[in-house]
Amino acid sequence: MKSHDGMTLIVKTVTRLSVWLIILYGLYIILHGHLTPGGGFGGGVVIALAFLNVLLAFGHKFTGEWLKIPLLEKLESGSTLLFMLVGLLGIFYAGSFLANYIIKGSLYHLFSAGTIPLLNIIIGVKVAMSLFLVVWVMAAFKIEEEEEQ
Amino acid sequence: MPVETWLTFVLGIMIIGSVVALELKDILSAIIAIGIVGLGVSVAFLFLQAPDLAIVQFLFEIFAIIILIKAFIKKDYHVETPSRINLYLSGITVIILVVIFIFSIPIFKSLPVFGEPLMTTSQYYLDNGAAETGAANLVSSIILDYRAYDTLGEVTVLFTAILGALTVLRIKSRTKMEKR
Repeated sequence: MKSHDGMTLIVKTVTRLSVWLIILYGLYIILHGHLTPGGGFGGGVVIALAFLNVLLAFGHKFTGEWLKIPLLEKLESGSTLLFMLVGLLGIFYAGSFLANYIIKGSLYHLFSAGTIPLLNIIIGVKVAMSLFLVVWVMAAFKIEEEEEQ
Repeated sequence: MPVETWLTFVLGIMIIGSVVALELKDILSAIIAIGIVGLGVSVAFLFLQAPDLAIVQFLFEIFAIIILIKAFIKKDYHVETPSRINLYLSGITVIILVVIFIFSIPIFKSLPVFGEPLMTTSQYYLDNGAAETGAANLVSSIILDYRAYDTLGEVTVLFTAILGALTVLRIKSRTKMEKR
């Protein structure tokens, strides 16, 4: 059995059960970034680690079919563009770049704090996609080296 | 016990961990010993009441350990033979470090007391942050509202780093494909 074909049945079963919980936790950290400790960076890393869990447990081939890698690459570069767009809209609505121009809402509510949750979601997507893609590319590179030998 | 005692304790464990990582011959054990340093930083942030930083530090440490293990395991490394020149060089390094430490003692005395920063900006954020941004988490309101430019810079750094990694690793595989 090759090293990039995934791990044993036990690891695969546990991963199948736990990966959605990990992703849910990451989404919770991102969405509640303006209320509780955490935010885009922390939640993004949680989601990236969930994908990485699948990559380590199920191997390269399965993960490539499960996640659409070209879509992830587009999300990764598109989120940077969206961040700039949110910042540029601040010029038109509030007069300065990256100004907080949406209605603030009341404190401690999920829908509050203007652009902060929006930017948190964008950063979360960005961090998750980019950290996962680095490991993905490194793994693909390693497999090619092994095939050459 | 006061916070300083706990911080010194955590710092001591981190120093022991890094020394162990340097001395171990097995690469997997050395990587795990490096992990002690990062997790120690995370615990230190918790003692300093900074849960945001502790979460991010903890997760990035796990990520870094996974990458290190994936990148460095099953590879051959040359073992450095102890030689006379290396002994001299490490002696010179220790002497220079001690000299720098002695000369920097007056600077330590002029630092502000632990837990009492000189900046008045942070007090402004504590007083007006929640009212001005509407975010209950003050850290979030600082990094995404008051200091959003910094976050934009971080996102750009991340973007450039990933672009570089993708480009470098793919150029090599593409040239291999063309050779076939």
